[in-house]
Parts: sequence; structure tokens; C-alpha cells
Amino acid sequence: MSHMTTLADSSKIASLVDDLAGQINEAISASGSSHPWAIVGIRSRGDLLASRLAEKIDPAVIEKRLGVLDITLYRDDLSEINHQPVVRTTEIPFDIDNTNIVLVDDVLMTGRSIRAALQSLMDLGRPRRIWLAVLVDRGGRELPISADFVGVDLKDEKLGDEMIVDVHLMPLDDQDCITTHPKQKGSTK
Amino acid sequence: MTQAGSDYAWPHRDLLGLEDLSAQDIRFLLTTAHGFEDVSTRSIKKVPALRGRVVVNLFFEDSTRTRSSFTLAASRLSADTLELTGKGSSVSKGETLTDTARNIEAMGVDLIVCRHSHSGAAKHLAHAVNCSVINAGDGQHEHPTQGLLDIYTLCKRWDLMDTMDLTGKSVAIVGDIAHSRVARSNIHGLLKLGAKVILVGPPTLCPRTFESLGCEVSHNLDDVLPRIDAINMLRIQFERMTSQFFPSVREYAKIFGLTGKRITKAKPELLVMHPGPINRGVELDAAVADGPQSTILEQVTHGLAVRMAGMFLCLNRQSNPTS
Repeated sequence: MSHMTTLADSSKIASLVDDLAGQINEAISASGSSHPWAIVGIRSRGDLLASRLAEKIDPAVIEKRLGVLDITLYRDDLSEINHQPVVRTTEIPFDIDNTNIVLVDDVLMTGRSIRAALQSLMDLGRPRRIWLAVLVDRGGRELPISADFVGVDLKDEKLGDEMIVDVHLMPLDDQDCITTHPKQKGSTK
Repeated sequence: MTQAGSDYAWPHRDLLGLEDLSAQDIRFLLTTAHGFEDVSTRSIKKVPALRGRVVVNLFFEDSTRTRSSFTLAASRLSADTLELTGKGSSVSKGETLTDTARNIEAMGVDLIVCRHSHSGAAKHLAHAVNCSVINAGDGQHEHPTQGLLDIYTLCKRWDLMDTMDLTGKSVAIVGDIAHSRVARSNIHGLLKLGAKVILVGPPTLCPRTFESLGCEVSHNLDDVLPRIDAINMLRIQFERMTSQFFPSVREYAKIFGLTGKRITKAKPELLVMHPGPINRGVELDAAVADGPQSTILEQVTHGLAVRMAGMFLCLNRQSNPTS
């Protein structure tokens, strides 16, 4: 964990979340869509981010439609990863047919998690549209996927595969922060 | 990204019995099963987790619900399945179990689900092949997925999915304990998660030797009923009995059958389980089997999620072997 740099502390994260929520609120009202809206977060930090965003989005619009998506079963790298895949529950307690969904994740890099999340959502129904909100876009895409709402944009930093960007969010982590550090030797993730 | 929680990794290539699993293994498998439960309730009942994998059901004994549950579990994980039975196959022409298994494996199979009338058959098979093996019942030895789905059902009904700690709970298993692989898997699993296990049956079918596993043995159901939280009523397995173990079915039903009248001696929240198929009027009255305390159909539903979890974990075991 040497050479760790902190990109954002808890107050910075709070303002990033405010900013993301502002972008989303604006886009929702500009869309003029008459269909219901929902927020769905990807485990295990996108869901925390999603619930924070949901508090700041017009409650008349989302009406408590807040969901959690576990994408483990849709990953394309199950046979390659070297840590135990942990399957958790997907909890989407509303009908997603014809619903506008704001999909939320912490870090966007290759786009593979988002691809898995999109497939998982399609298997649950037929959403009206899906927008993507991420706290950090660190670049490094391997699929043609882009975010509609971005907190911190690091695409121009050209971080490369050997740099790791970690988002820490309470209560899963001890504190709220965004850090970067070089990948440790021997780790493939 | 770091995984929340511990650095635990599922260590087993095969699922042969609950005796071989640690309490942590059991809890991890059941937690995984919880994540699989919703797959069966959505419009597209399929996830791509085992896409391109091949699962063979190799059953040398009759089975309806276990076999179809494994087949359905494999389909919901997008695996391809192949159905083989002992009858009408080369086994009836004299081929050994090992040869049959190696021939199947040579077709490029990832997992063999095996049921066999000989205790130890699944372990024997696991030694002979390089692919994963899940025991779907071997003689009188173990039926691990049944034991796991029974425990899953209890944890859900008791709202203990977070801890899966059964300390303070008492579970009675009633009937033909001696011939029952369901009983053995339940005994190992329940004891590991902290429950007290009471075995009940006539001395011929429920001998005191089971005390050495850490269970209480009783021959009087009425004495046990008031102090238990769940009861697992086993089927009398006439097909495994080589001699007469009790005077008559009618007498057995009178002494060990769970009737609507007898259940009034138990706590009102007692859960009634049965691995199926039920001999109605023998071990269970219809009123009890279909009553609100019965978990029988939930057990069947949970069996799917538990089998999906078992297949998923054995086929996605991480490459650094610790067992």
C-alpha cells in the first residue's frame, strides 16, 4: 500500500455526490419522460452510492424505486479471477418494464461490469432506457461503453493498468475516500 | 478492487458429504444459495454463470425430485446437461462404475452428479475422475444437497440467514435413521452449525450407536415433541430393508407417525420437514403435511437454489488448492 495518493476525502465525496445528483435531476426533468424512474446500484459500492443519490433526487420522481444488482453470475472473467467470487442477492423490488433506470457504479474502467449489469437488467425485464452514473471514470475502456454522469473524470490522466483507483464508502469501509496506488506484484486484479 | 469480508475461498472440487465440510463452508454455500434464489422467480429464469459447461446426471437409483432439481439447477446456470441412468445403460452390461465414469469424462464433462445405492460410490467416483463430482445420494451414507436445503429452510424460517448460527435450537429427526443418508447429512450439518440433534425411532432403526456422533437418541416421540423447534420426518424406506425392523406399518404409524392430535404436544411454532416422497398416513398425517407448520414445498424450492450454489462453487473453485 505504499505510494498511495488520496484523490478525494469525505467532504469532497459529499460534494461529488451532490454534483452527480444535480446532473441527474436536471437530466430527468429535461427528458420530459412520462415513464417511472428508478435508481439501481451495482454491488458492492455502487449500491451504497445509489442510496446516497436516491436521497437527493426528487422523491416524487423515483418513489422509493431503489434497487441493488449483484453481477457476479454475469461476469465474463469467472474462470480467470484468482479470488473467491461471492454471490450476493439482487434486490429490485419493482417492475423494470418501461422504467427509466439510472445505473450507478463507483469506478468505471474496462466497462465489463457495466456490460454484465446491462445483461442482468435485460434478463429482469425491458427497461425504457438506462443511463449510467459513476463516481470516477478512470479510463481504460475495453468495450464501447460510456457514462452519462461522472463525478471525477480521470480519462486524460492515462493511468494505465498498473494503477488502481479505489473508492471507499462507509459503512462497508472505515471512511469515505478515493485513493490511487500502484498494483501490488502478484495480484492480477 | 478488494472483496469485502474475509479472504475465505471455497476449497472443494467435489461435494460428497457434509461430514467433509467446515461450518464456514456450509455457511458460505448457503449464503451463495441465497443469491441464487431470485433467479427462479424472474421472467428469464437463467443466468450465464456456467455457460458452456457440461453437467451429467448419472443416476443408478430411481429419483424424480432430486434428478429434476439438479437438471433444472444446471439449466438455470446455462450449463448443458446429459441424463444417464443405470438401467438400460452399459452398466447393466457389466461395466464398472469407474469405467462408466471415465468414459463419460472422456466426452469432456465438467461435473458428474451421481446417485448410487452403494455407500461411498460418489467418493470412489471422485477418485477416478478429474472433473467435479456432486453426491446426489450414496446408499445409506450421505445426501449432502438434501441436508443443506433442510438447513437453509430452517435458517430462513427462523430468520437466521445473517448468522446461520443454530445454537439453542433443537431439531428431531424421526424414523429410519439407520438406513437414512438424509439423516446423516442433517446430523453433520446441524451439529456443525450449533444445533442440538435428537434422533427418534424404534431401537432397530435408531440404535444408540448414533450417540457417538453427538446426538441424543430417544425411542419415545411424545417425550421429545415438547422440547424441539423443528422435526424432520423421514420416510420408511422399505426398499432398503432386508429384514423386518418393526411388527407392522400400522403399529409404526401409531407410535412414530406425526398426527394432527400428536402435534398439539409440541410448541405451536414447531416446523415440520419431510424430504419426500411422503407416505401419507404412515409418518405424516395429511393435515400436518399440508398445514401451516409444514415446510415441505419450501424445501423443494430451496433445493434448486442450494444445488445451483453447489454446482457454481465446485466449478468455480479458485486455482490455489487448499484441500
